Amino acid sequence: MSANLTASSDLPLEYQSEQSKMNILGFWIFLGAEIVLFATLFGVYGVLAERHAGGPTQQDIFVIKDVLIQTVLLLTSSFTCGIAIFEMRRNRLKGLITWLVITLLLGGGFLFMEINEFIHYVHEGAALQTSAFTSSLLVLLGTHGAHVALGIGWAILIIMQLLKRGLTTETTRKTFIIGLYWHFLDVVWIFIFTFVYLEGLVG
Amino acid sequence: MNIKWDEFFVTGDPLILGAQISIVLTMVGIIALLTYLKRWTWLWREWLTTVDHKRIGIMYILSGVVMFFRGGIDGLMMKAQTAVPENEFLNAQHYNEVFTTHGVIMILFMAMPLLIGIMNVIIPLQIGARDVAFPQLNALSFWLFFSGAMLFNISFVIGGSPDAGWTSYFPMAGKEFSPSIGNNYYAIAIQIAGIGTLISGINFIVTILKMRTKGMTLMKMPMFSWTTLITSIIIVAAFPIFTVALALMTFDRLFGAHFFTVSGGGMDMLWANLFWLWGHPEVYIVVLPAFGIFSEIVSTFSRKRLFGYTSMVIAVAGIAFLSMLVWVHHFYTMGSGPAVNSVFSLTTMLIAVPTGIKMFNWLFTMRKGRINFSTPMLWTLAFIPCFLIGGTTGVMLAMAAADFQYHNTLFLVAHFHYTLIPGVVFAVFAALYYWWPKMFGHKLNEKIGKWHFWLFVIGFNFTFFPMFFLGLDGAVRRSFTYSAESGYGPLFLLSAIGSAVLAIGFAMFVYNIYWSIRHADRNISSDPWDARTLEWATASPVQDYNFAKLPEVKTLDAFWHMKKDNEGLTIEDKEIKDIHMPNNSGIPFFMGVVFTVAGFFLVFEWYIPAAIASLGIFAGLIIRSFDYNDGHHIHAEDVRKVERKWRNRKGEVHKHVG
Repeated sequence: MSANLTASSDLPLEYQSEQSKMNILGFWIFLGAEIVLFATLFGVYGVLAERHAGGPTQQDIFVIKDVLIQTVLLLTSSFTCGIAIFEMRRNRLKGLITWLVITLLLGGGFLFMEINEFIHYVHEGAALQTSAFTSSLLVLLGTHGAHVALGIGWAILIIMQLLKRGLTTETTRKTFIIGLYWHFLDVVWIFIFTFVYLEGLVG
Repeated sequence: MNIKWDEFFVTGDPLILGAQISIVLTMVGIIALLTYLKRWTWLWREWLTTVDHKRIGIMYILSGVVMFFRGGIDGLMMKAQTAVPENEFLNAQHYNEVFTTHGVIMILFMAMPLLIGIMNVIIPLQIGARDVAFPQLNALSFWLFFSGAMLFNISFVIGGSPDAGWTSYFPMAGKEFSPSIGNNYYAIAIQIAGIGTLISGINFIVTILKMRTKGMTLMKMPMFSWTTLITSIIIVAAFPIFTVALALMTFDRLFGAHFFTVSGGGMDMLWANLFWLWGHPEVYIVVLPAFGIFSEIVSTFSRKRLFGYTSMVIAVAGIAFLSMLVWVHHFYTMGSGPAVNSVFSLTTMLIAVPTGIKMFNWLFTMRKGRINFSTPMLWTLAFIPCFLIGGTTGVMLAMAAADFQYHNTLFLVAHFHYTLIPGVVFAVFAALYYWWPKMFGHKLNEKIGKWHFWLFVIGFNFTFFPMFFLGLDGAVRRSFTYSAESGYGPLFLLSAIGSAVLAIGFAMFVYNIYWSIRHADRNISSDPWDARTLEWATASPVQDYNFAKLPEVKTLDAFWHMKKDNEGLTIEDKEIKDIHMPNNSGIPFFMGVVFTVAGFFLVFEWYIPAAIASLGIFAGLIIRSFDYNDGHHIHAEDVRKVERKWRNRKGEVHKHVG
């Protein structure tokens, strides 16, 4: 039901209909579920990380330089995504789309690096089937990477709708929600960077 | 996996051959009937594409009843097999499959859809809303559940059923020890249904938080709405864990990963922990809504306000919190050590405290009430002592040291059937008798209902009470037979006879539905039980738009006070305005079909067809993203016609003016 009745103009456009408010709240709750999902994957990795079964260890395969580049790309993309939403709040469609496209390019760069990283791991003999460590590592990273890939595809759909319809209560709501999603992926990456890469190289 | 084509269909067992033939005949029969009655467009328009919470609820309930039948047949087969020592009705493999599917179906495809179905029908009405927050997602939830259920159910005729127990412990459930297709069904079918459940959870949280009618603060919500809210929160907190566990199981089985395997550094106990991290909250996911249902019924039929409402809310929230902290009690004997076991022993026993509070609240609600012994109330009354037996034996099992005696015996099986059957099944029956007039505009027959009640309750006790003693005597669970010298024979036979009585009770229920559809009195008021909550403040069966004018709430038991103060029951012509409603959509049904097909290919490890089929999932998502369909309006004139018709009947408390 979309009772588009509340017209309090103090609120940003994406919060102006009841349906939009519900969609945004629903998405926050979905992110709560996503936190549980990633927490479980981190837990699994935490349990299995030292079970190398004679295969490669963290120190054998991690390349800190590449990981740093990935981190910079993704963190910057979160910043540019923030600017995009800022432009949306100022009612500037062109600025919004420009910054969204920059965000996606950075996200695409991250994804490209991550795919190369996976190819590198397989060449080093660290495939999904190698050990409990590699299984849990690749599934944790892969789940995050799949989220990024899905986010890029999703954002392209939103950009098409923005181009077609401009800034409406619906398109701004959709843009705002994917903004939340994108920042969430960044938060997950910070945990991956700390508890997988840094700890793996130090430990 | 290269499955040989002659293994595609399960062959060589007359029971399964019979099932295959009857499945084909039933399907041909349904198609022929629909065609003969020219009902295909009706089916598509009114049901398959509906986004109406009431219709979705009814589809959930119907599927749940069918799954109850399927799971019940599994149960009866087990009882028939163990009725006498060294019976050869089922072999060990077939018995393994039967107890596995019995467990999965009864929990995930019977209890869950029946409860979610009842929530769907009742919650928007109870909080005075016109639908759930996301009607189309609600339809998607249903079709994903249905897809998972169908995929799981075809396993026994195509490819073979899962056979590692409903808990599917590793290494048993791994490819090394269970190379057959069956356990792939487990991993994939439950995954699909689980996504649907998660979406339902989110939907109900937003619905209850955001769509309550004017004046209904959280502490003025009916108890069933409260338990649904808390249950939905547990769903969101617990289901993603199972999503991950099942995905990792899929990686292990299909792609040779090493999460839970014995080789490659995997850890089998990791599965047990993840499974019960979801599995124990899951128990409360099914039992809390049931507590809500009993609370509504006990208050209506005692004609009193629910005793200790606030303490009830706190108790429900407390149970939800504790439900996350007890999972290790499912495997005390699997090497956690005395310190860990002691902690989980304590948290487990703590759960008895809020549950005890609820028990006393129900008893005190009845105290000095004018109790009306109609069928819904009978189920509630039977629930209390039966569930008490389940609860106290639960405290026995909670003591880790003593559990080494009970573990893996029929004592445990009897215990959880004494919690889940009174706690869930009695509640579902009570709810169906209670809310049937709300759904269909006629009651279920009380006389047949009482036959149903007595047969079912007596049969239940005869089936499961002997199993406590069998368990204490050392009879293990999941064993397909036993020797005559063990002396278990007589009690097993008694239990088998009990299960037959139970089954006749269920048959009476089905007969009651049939009889009531044919003969029940349609000329009843919209409030046949003299009830207390808002779902009765509108027509029965409920109109598309639920309420012509959204009700306003001042107190708990709002409708009761509306009747007492004669306030808010009438509606005037000028108060009726156009009502905005969402449009039907074919996308959720389409997604259900695509998920089933993709899931089926994945079960058989046919990766290319699975990949092609899953493109359909993306297609559905893209179509939905571009879908700006904004719904339609029901015109005030049409609303007036409907309202006049039901409000101006004789004996109706609601009135229409002007």
